[in-house]
Amino acid sequence: MSAPNNSYDPVEVSALHPDEVERMRTEALDAIAKAAGLEELKEVRIAHAGDRSPLALANREIGALPPAAKAEAGKRVGGARRAVSEAVKARQSQLEDERDARVLVEEAVDVTLPFDRIPRGARHPLTTVAERMADIFVGMGFEVAEGPEVEAEWYNFDALNFLPDHPARTMQDTFFVAGPDGAESGLVLRTHTSPVQVRSMLDRELPVYVVVPGRTFRTDELDATHSPVFHQLEGLVVDEGITLAHLRGAIQVFVERMFGEGLRTRMRPSYFPFTEPSAEVDMECFVCRGASVGNPDAPCRTCSSEGWIEIGGCGVVNPRVLTAAGVDTERYSGWAFGLGIERTLMFAHGVKDMHDMVEGDIRFTAAFGMEM
Amino acid sequence: MRVPLSWLREYVELPEEVTPRALASALISAGLEVETVDVVGADITGPVVAGRVLDIEELTGFKKPIRFCRVDVGGANGTGEPQEIVCGARNFAEGDLVVVALPGAVLPGDFAISARKTYGRVSAGMICSASELELWEDHAGIIVLPEGAADPGADAYGLLGLRDDVLDIAVTPDRGYALSIRGVAREAAAVYGVPFTDPADVAPPERNDGGYPAVVADPEICSRYVLRGVSGFDPAAPSPLWMRRRLHLAGVRSVSLAVDVTNYVMMELGQPLHAWDRSALRGPIEVRLAKPGEKLETLDHVVRELDPDDILITDDSGPINIAGVMGGLDTEIGDASTDVLIEAAHFAETHIARTSRRHQLSSESSRRFERGVDSAVQMAAATRAVALLAELGGAVVDDGVTHLDLGAPRDPIVVRADNAGRIAGVAYPVETEIARLRLVGCEVVQDGDTLSVTPPTWRPDLTDPNDLAEEVIRYEGYENIPAVRPRAEAGRGLTRGQRLRRGVGRTLADAGFSEVLNYPFMGERDLDGLQLEPGDARRSALRLANPLNDDEPLLRTTLLPGLLKALVRNVGRGFGDVALFEMGLVYRPEPGAPERAPMLGVDRGPTPEERAAVDAAIPNQPRRVGAVLAGQRERAGWWGPGRAATWADAIQAAREVAAAAGVELVVRADRHAPWHPGRCAALYVAGADGERLVGHAGELHPRVVKAYGLPERVAAVEVELDLVEAAAGAATAPEVSTYPVATQDVALLVDGTVHAADVEAALREGAGALLESVRLFDVYTGEQVGEGRKSLAYSLRLRAGDRTLTAEEATAARDAAVALAAERTGAVLRG
Repeated sequence: MSAPNNSYDPVEVSALHPDEVERMRTEALDAIAKAAGLEELKEVRIAHAGDRSPLALANREIGALPPAAKAEAGKRVGGARRAVSEAVKARQSQLEDERDARVLVEEAVDVTLPFDRIPRGARHPLTTVAERMADIFVGMGFEVAEGPEVEAEWYNFDALNFLPDHPARTMQDTFFVAGPDGAESGLVLRTHTSPVQVRSMLDRELPVYVVVPGRTFRTDELDATHSPVFHQLEGLVVDEGITLAHLRGAIQVFVERMFGEGLRTRMRPSYFPFTEPSAEVDMECFVCRGASVGNPDAPCRTCSSEGWIEIGGCGVVNPRVLTAAGVDTERYSGWAFGLGIERTLMFAHGVKDMHDMVEGDIRFTAAFGMEM
Repeated sequence: MRVPLSWLREYVELPEEVTPRALASALISAGLEVETVDVVGADITGPVVAGRVLDIEELTGFKKPIRFCRVDVGGANGTGEPQEIVCGARNFAEGDLVVVALPGAVLPGDFAISARKTYGRVSAGMICSASELELWEDHAGIIVLPEGAADPGADAYGLLGLRDDVLDIAVTPDRGYALSIRGVAREAAAVYGVPFTDPADVAPPERNDGGYPAVVADPEICSRYVLRGVSGFDPAAPSPLWMRRRLHLAGVRSVSLAVDVTNYVMMELGQPLHAWDRSALRGPIEVRLAKPGEKLETLDHVVRELDPDDILITDDSGPINIAGVMGGLDTEIGDASTDVLIEAAHFAETHIARTSRRHQLSSESSRRFERGVDSAVQMAAATRAVALLAELGGAVVDDGVTHLDLGAPRDPIVVRADNAGRIAGVAYPVETEIARLRLVGCEVVQDGDTLSVTPPTWRPDLTDPNDLAEEVIRYEGYENIPAVRPRAEAGRGLTRGQRLRRGVGRTLADAGFSEVLNYPFMGERDLDGLQLEPGDARRSALRLANPLNDDEPLLRTTLLPGLLKALVRNVGRGFGDVALFEMGLVYRPEPGAPERAPMLGVDRGPTPEERAAVDAAIPNQPRRVGAVLAGQRERAGWWGPGRAATWADAIQAAREVAAAAGVELVVRADRHAPWHPGRCAALYVAGADGERLVGHAGELHPRVVKAYGLPERVAAVEVELDLVEAAAGAATAPEVSTYPVATQDVALLVDGTVHAADVEAALREGAGALLESVRLFDVYTGEQVGEGRKSLAYSLRLRAGDRTLTAEEATAARDAAVALAAERTGAVLRG
């Protein structure tokens, strides 16, 4: 180790001798390379790159050199110190990577472990399918209307052209609400969502474009395909110049958006007191698209190999209904339809038994999640 | 209506190549709902022929008498030799003409006929009964064909009508005419554009006064009344095979020739007929409404109290028929009746409908009258019936004819000439509209832009312009109507309430609840189970007049019974950790509501007063959301222990529901059935006019748990969603300060009975405007705080919008908060 001196002979300052600087540099780089861990590297750094390391001390000697020699010695020592410092940094980074890799491996967990602390909930598929059906019409500019489930007979029957002695009135098996002491109350559990047609015409400004999803009631015993409580989606349009062609158009749009583009629909003449003309609506089977018809090798369970699926009833609003709802039949006409929501869920999602929809078994509901 | 095609083809010249299925779809397209096409007799194959019994040898020594017969089957057996057949039936004699299934034939039930040894002889075939051939229901033994029906060896298929196709049509209430072969044939002829022969085209008799005396009291109840009679009828004469076969295929049981004839004519023409034993009638007939107290024992042996709205047929003895619905027992045609009087009438539809409902008597006759029968066909029907009785029963048709024609001709319907096209959205030429209406049977007179249309007598359903349009459109084809997109204005989307409901459903499902949709029916027992006091408003429920289940005649006033029963079902199926919710209406009759909803007219819209009167009678039907929890709310697992569902989960569910609407609930302790009195919260929302109770939540009372068979400590919540929705206002944006927060934690000692919500409210108010939030982060009870006391630890976050708070400001706010809590709740700052 050299002490400061006042001698100006560079040759005399052995620490700055090129060989000596080279030796210190080699020694340092060697030690750095051999450092096995971050702790050891820290020691090596102090020893070879610290304030009291040979290269640092050599650097101090430079001041003692005559001006002519300073530049060369400075370049030599500085280069060595930079090389050592960079080597430390590189080794440091390398060792840190190695440490991280090791530690993160040690911290590995079994990501396949279940974490079902809170059992998952779900919305009822009848709710979500009804929302989806309604939303398609909302997308066409319709609004969603509502009405009471315990309904006045006038709204449920009379205003819809079910006259008191008309056979159609007994066709629907109605739950009647008892009045005081068993007298007639004039109230029923609505047998369809159609009373909301009348309410909508009375409550809203014309034109009216509404759909009505809702609960309906008929005195059918619960079995695989019937339920005393079920759901319908009603549609009603009252506007100027409305025709059957507009009804076909709306149903066509609905079927294509709900079940698939290009599906055909057809109407068959039928009878409902509140529409005239009336029709039943079928859509092409969205599963087989008719390929199963007359083809016993490829039967279709969705349409029973009929090629068509009945989806509901519809028709031109009977002008008598418009009259009862105070609508000017000279100026306005309309159409209406009713679709079964249970039925839609059954064929669209393969529900085989009505019991599943009414019993509230969490396994059934869970299968459908939050949205359709 | 079951329509055998062989019968139909008698009146419509359908092309041979039209298959039953093709006919069915054509009729469906025209509006007749053909439900099925039954292919009858396809399961009978091979040689089935007529045979003459040559001789019978009685075999003895067996358990029952057996006959060995030699039967002439002509050349049908290939040899011309008599066929030897063993037969167990005895209702035939030598020389009779019978039906023989020869070896090689297969009968229904895959019953193959072959020569086989039986009773010691070889039996080469079978002499057939009606039931073996499924001709009709009969247990009378083998069929004996009428003499001259066929030669031995003749094919029996055509002779008996073994094979046929039957359309089963669900007739809609507007198409009464389709409840007849005549009506369906006319429809088929129109669809295929082929000739139709009207079976009602029967030459009417000369009018005369010699008929059975009859009067109609009021043309409003009967517009046409026809009586015709026969004498010398042979009550023992059998119905011919073809008639029995057709009636069977049409779904009508054969009774006797006289009755079969009335049914046959009814099926063919759609006109219900009644046959009396004329000798049982007493004096002239009167058609009138019943008088109070009158009674009649009908054919089904029920003595019926008659209603003054019932139309009766009476004679001097009193009522003899409930008109159009059912005959009386005393004047019934019997097996000794030789003089028969046939009635064909047109009764008022509405009376028949009411009578049928009132007496719960629905007959083939009442079904047709309710839907409307041809108002002009009565004479043809009666004439056809007596002709058949004469022809088949050896009777002589009486000359006398009773014909009371009290109906008024129909007024024409005046419609725009483009009526159907305007409704369909298709420009039909006027000629098309006219041609189609004439095809239906209408008389049409064009007058410029209008048509004057008189519908035929068999179409009472055609009353309005739209009815006429439907006739045109269905024949032009619904499939030819174009699909035109609707053109609604841009809508407003869902209402806030509708969006809120979806949000609530998603919130609860996110929180682990499964949605159920329970029936809204309940019984007293359900309310007792909830431990409701006698005067509880929820006991005031609407009652169904005709419940499906006598134990559940009430309409729900609360969602809880349905939810609890669904919970029990899930637990019973092995799901003990269960959280359910339901959103739906409850039905709350209002005291003082009108006892009966008024029936308004339908010839105009109701006035606001009339609407209000109807609406006042309709009960309040608020929408609620309810939820129940049982078992573990959080499951145990590798992460640690689970946590049981508690009262707190139920109350939190209510808070989440309210939060979905942007509403903060105020929670207060309450005592309210069906909840545990110490674990029940009343839930309020704050509004402009003070707080409003919106529901309850907590743990159920142990007695409720027991009554419903629930697992222990079930928690439940029920909230009136409509009230929460009403409290929801538009959110306003908060000031979001970027200055640093100052947090102050305080632990307060209070008496055990003090409610945390009150302490928190005091802290909030005391801390003032600088308070950003306050949160209870710990509750401690135990020795360190003394018995009957608890420590509540709160974290107060303080922040100003315009500056960094100084330590002094933060401390001052905290002190003020604690001071107010001390004043209000006796809280002491814990050292």
